[in-house]
Amino acid sequence: MTQSNRLDGGQIDRNTSLSFRFDGRSYTAHPGDTLASALLANDVRLIGRSFKYHRPRGLLTVGSEEPNGIVELRTGARKEPNTRATTIEMFDGLEAHSQNRWPSLKFDALAVNDLFSNFLSAGFYYKTFMWPAAFWEKLYEPMIRRAAGLGSLSMEADPDEYDKGFRHCDLLIIGAGPAGLMAALTAGRAGADVILADEDFTLGGRLNSETMALDDQNASDWAAQAVAELSSLPNVRLMPRTTVIGAFDHGIYGAVERTGDHLATLPEGKPRQILWRIYTQKALLCAGATERPIAFENNDRPGIMMASALRTYANRFAVTASQRVAIFTNNDDGHRTAADLHAKGVKIAAVVDVREDAPTNYDYEVLQGAQVVNTKGRHGLSFVEVAMPDGSTRTLDCGALGVSGGWNPNVHLTCHQRGRPVWDEALAAFVPGADLPVGLSVAGAANGVMSTHGALHSGAEGAVKALDLTSTPPDLPEAEDAPVTQKPFWYVQGCKRAWVDQQNDVTVKDVKLSYQEGFRSVEHLKRYTTLGMATDQGKTSNITGLAIMAEVAGKSIPEVGTTIFRPPYTPVPIATFAGRMKGQEFHPTRLTPSHYWAKERGAVFVEVGNWLRAQWFPLPGETHWRQSVDREVRQTRASVGVCDCTTLGKIDVQGTDAAEFLNRVYANAFAKLAVGKTRYGLMLREDGMVMDDGTAARMAEDHFVVTTTTANAVSVYRHMEFVRQCLFPDMDVQLISTTEAWAQYAVAGPNSRKLLQKIVDPEFDLSNEAFPFMACGNVTVCGGLRARLFRISFSGELAYEIAVPSRYGDALMRRLMTEGEEFDVIPYGTEALGVMRVEKGHAAGNELNGTTTALNLGLGKMVSKKKDSIGSVLSEREALVEPDVLRLVGIKPLQPEEKITAGGHLMNTDGPVDAAHDQGYVTSAVYSPILNSNIGLGLVKNGAERLGEKMRLVSPLTDLTVDVELVSAHFVDPEGERLRA
Amino acid sequence: MHDLVAITALGGPEPRVDTIGGVTCTEVPHIALASVAARMGKESKSTKTLAKLIDAPTPEIGRWTGATVSAFWAGSDQWMVEAPFDTHEDLAAQVEAAMGDAASVTEQTDGWVRFDLNGDNIPAVLELLCQLDLRKVSEGSAARCSIHHIGCFVLCRTAENYSIYGPRSSAGSLHHAIVTAMRSAL
Amino acid sequence: MIINHPLLGPRDASEFTYLGDATLINRPDWQAENASEAFYEYGYVRDNPAGEHQELWYHEAGDRSWLVVTRNTLTHEISKVELARDVARARGRSK
Repeated sequence: MTQSNRLDGGQIDRNTSLSFRFDGRSYTAHPGDTLASALLANDVRLIGRSFKYHRPRGLLTVGSEEPNGIVELRTGARKEPNTRATTIEMFDGLEAHSQNRWPSLKFDALAVNDLFSNFLSAGFYYKTFMWPAAFWEKLYEPMIRRAAGLGSLSMEADPDEYDKGFRHCDLLIIGAGPAGLMAALTAGRAGADVILADEDFTLGGRLNSETMALDDQNASDWAAQAVAELSSLPNVRLMPRTTVIGAFDHGIYGAVERTGDHLATLPEGKPRQILWRIYTQKALLCAGATERPIAFENNDRPGIMMASALRTYANRFAVTASQRVAIFTNNDDGHRTAADLHAKGVKIAAVVDVREDAPTNYDYEVLQGAQVVNTKGRHGLSFVEVAMPDGSTRTLDCGALGVSGGWNPNVHLTCHQRGRPVWDEALAAFVPGADLPVGLSVAGAANGVMSTHGALHSGAEGAVKALDLTSTPPDLPEAEDAPVTQKPFWYVQGCKRAWVDQQNDVTVKDVKLSYQEGFRSVEHLKRYTTLGMATDQGKTSNITGLAIMAEVAGKSIPEVGTTIFRPPYTPVPIATFAGRMKGQEFHPTRLTPSHYWAKERGAVFVEVGNWLRAQWFPLPGETHWRQSVDREVRQTRASVGVCDCTTLGKIDVQGTDAAEFLNRVYANAFAKLAVGKTRYGLMLREDGMVMDDGTAARMAEDHFVVTTTTANAVSVYRHMEFVRQCLFPDMDVQLISTTEAWAQYAVAGPNSRKLLQKIVDPEFDLSNEAFPFMACGNVTVCGGLRARLFRISFSGELAYEIAVPSRYGDALMRRLMTEGEEFDVIPYGTEALGVMRVEKGHAAGNELNGTTTALNLGLGKMVSKKKDSIGSVLSEREALVEPDVLRLVGIKPLQPEEKITAGGHLMNTDGPVDAAHDQGYVTSAVYSPILNSNIGLGLVKNGAERLGEKMRLVSPLTDLTVDVELVSAHFVDPEGERLRA
Repeated sequence: MHDLVAITALGGPEPRVDTIGGVTCTEVPHIALASVAARMGKESKSTKTLAKLIDAPTPEIGRWTGATVSAFWAGSDQWMVEAPFDTHEDLAAQVEAAMGDAASVTEQTDGWVRFDLNGDNIPAVLELLCQLDLRKVSEGSAARCSIHHIGCFVLCRTAENYSIYGPRSSAGSLHHAIVTAMRSAL
Repeated sequence: MIINHPLLGPRDASEFTYLGDATLINRPDWQAENASEAFYEYGYVRDNPAGEHQELWYHEAGDRSWLVVTRNTLTHEISKVELARDVARARGRSK
């Protein structure tokens, strides 16, 4: 078939032919076409099946408001369901499929639904599939979903890339029709930073659809010339193919730029779409207006379209939906379509005008005071029946019917911050109200100014007012300035099946039914009938629905009111919202300085926050992680092991008040800590719960190095800044994070000193006397590299932490391994670290869970009562210090091989297993290769007094019961002899 | 002299260089950094001493100044001093000596990874990365911002030459973000 | 939302971390007679105004300053942004 519906003219490139496929058949098109215009050119009128009744549907509109022409675009992983054919820019090789039909578009088995339409009216599903409830999820919903008119997903990952970006401007102009172009010229020539965004791929809006003149130019030529001038201005940024989807607080707008949707294949590295956040001083909405249909019997047949859409297809795309067209209108604009089509050689069957006094001075027949009362034709329109004012009926043969019920200003963005539009009696339409988003104003048809002259004028004026321009605005071109003449007319009385919302299959009858059944507020009407709830968000249907509701309720339309418009203006792919934040890039990955070395060693990594940490280091022959972890624990406790602890937060605290500052943020005292010493610090929240723990090393009188847990590094820093700036603003204390600056390694085990003596330069004495437990200091290593040494231990062994500038971390780790060969040194990961700290009874993340106090953790005595510190007052609250509060204990199964489960609860040996008899819970559980037993830590009511008691550990979810004994949490070296050795 | 061999933040022995569409992104490890935070009540003394140290006016809010040794604004009464690593590996010690009791000085050299962007049309790359109002970014600007959830400093040296500092541990993610944006925008 | 930072000018709210009511600056005296009652009020009792609200925001992806932002909870209009340190001093806080 060769584009039998092509006309002359238009803004398409006839020198180039593009081929595309629809439902497997090949067609041709030209650059400048949309999929919709190309289908019409090829006389394809039937494009889809309706949502509920599976009625044949064609195109209704020519823009993003399209409810019917919904297709699946592309194939394979790039398949995209529910795209509007009217917005798909043609490219060579485009492939699209109709959706919601089986087995084929022409013969759709579920069209049988249409025969049962009496049963499928509004609320049908709610009423019918209510009971039994269990059937809903398993049977009804899948069935309805299969039958309902949605496309299907590819179920494959989207292979395309999406970006997010940020732009700033003085004036964002939304829409590049006559008002938007004139506003951009005005602001652009005045030197303002302007962004002009339009969802279309050709800027100009309705100017590209009309045959009228601006001065002595074609409207579309004037638009092209304006665009050319604007693109030459360095302060104006044109953004075609960009939909402004929402107006957000303080002048921020969201916009989706379709950078790659019009390309057959994306160039390497280029995004398919970009989600822009546009920061504006001012914004001007020039979004135009949308023509609204009239509801009448069988008004959804393919070939029945908006009159203005027929005009655009003819003038811009050089396509007619049929060679014989009728028009049904209540206003003068419908006649423009007839005149333009007539001029292009299309036969006008007649213009049916509901107005008795409709103008008749045309070259075609006008039926005054007449109404279209029915339509006929299988899979497409073949004739319409017209009721004449004298009661007679006329039949008009036509392949297409253009319908015009007047125009609705596109007020959507004006309502995104709950502004309400107001009713304009003269236009019989809602126009923007006074309560606009801050910085937004409205011009042109979006503001109810419907003539071309009016649009140009209000665009220029809008720019001048928004920016307080003092320069003279450019002269306006001469343009038509016709008033709106119409007779409000919403639907033809007496019709049985007249569609209001074609995408969701809502009829006039459904709206009336909603009223009868008591769903009378617009919000109820919407939800009961689903009016306006499809992907088109009711752009062509909402106002008609309101008008019908108003009539049956005996109210005026403004009394009925509108529903709220919310972003996005048109549907946005989820992938666009995700942008680059997917898969591995979902969050930044933080690597430790020994990461590459650990990878070489075959380490298994675990995510800790954004960090990747080595979890264990398997050796050849080790087939289970426990083998690796048990070995790492045994070898560390027997000789020496090294663990990368760079991830611990490190905060440099300096200033003459540094010690007093730490006194306030830690529950225990720091003022008297000697230079060269380190102290464990317990940090509380103001409510008395433990926030974090760590160490503070006093490097100088006015200089501490504080560590935090890995997980809380950011929040502790934030908290310390709060204390510094908001609570004690005159303290002389300065904070800065140094977490990343130093590679820090724990060297633990009885041979750790011997190993470090080979690393640390000989002038530094590491003997127990010179550098005792909890000592700290600056040293040099490997012949002069500056380093910090701390004698602190998490494992309970003789241990140190040594820190060097991060760039040398990799080299230091390698050096520790080679120098440690004589001691059979091993690296150990977070798993062995965890085992050793449980063996030693150190509380960690599992115990510092936000609900535990110092008393719970056995650290109650650390909370100093002699000084002001965060959390000390509220930690004394009655309920937190009752005798039977939870206390940290060790837990050992009576049978060592029986596994303990973290999260399991502890019950007395006898009595019921329920919440009322709960005695506490297990926080951490590991296997100790030193004790050859499973062990755990837990919080038990009055636990400190119950050591030796037998209990039941239960996990009803996993059907687990283990007999356990409460023991001291310090399983290994309870006296601390090792770490002081 | 110690015998430990440094690696770059991206993990290689040599800095990484990527050129896409006329813009080059270079990893710059040969930079030493030290933070300077004025002690309470010694803000003006700090400002004067720092100016002497960098031989230029101490940078105002959102600016950088200096030449071989330079500084950029990092917060209220807080700056970051930059100098060539090869000659100033002990920068923190040098700055501390210069500042005396006027300020707290902390070594920051390996807290950061630096990528330099050279070429035309760098704003087209940056607008995909950060929320800064690039109309206000010009020679001498130094602004902190978030790039793909990574806290960074963006310094404009000249219109064709920018430096981005990000936390060293996130070097790989930051590099990926920058190079991806270069491919997308250029 | 945009927060007009007193030092840095307008910055996107996504650069900030929210804490809550700026009464958190008014930390009670730990040695007062009624300290436990005062800390209870400080920690748990808040006004929830429909209108102007002073609240604490932290410029996490910026200069690390704490700000007191006066925001209308009904309109999101931000009428005032101050450095929290200045507010704290003005409220008599020191060391």
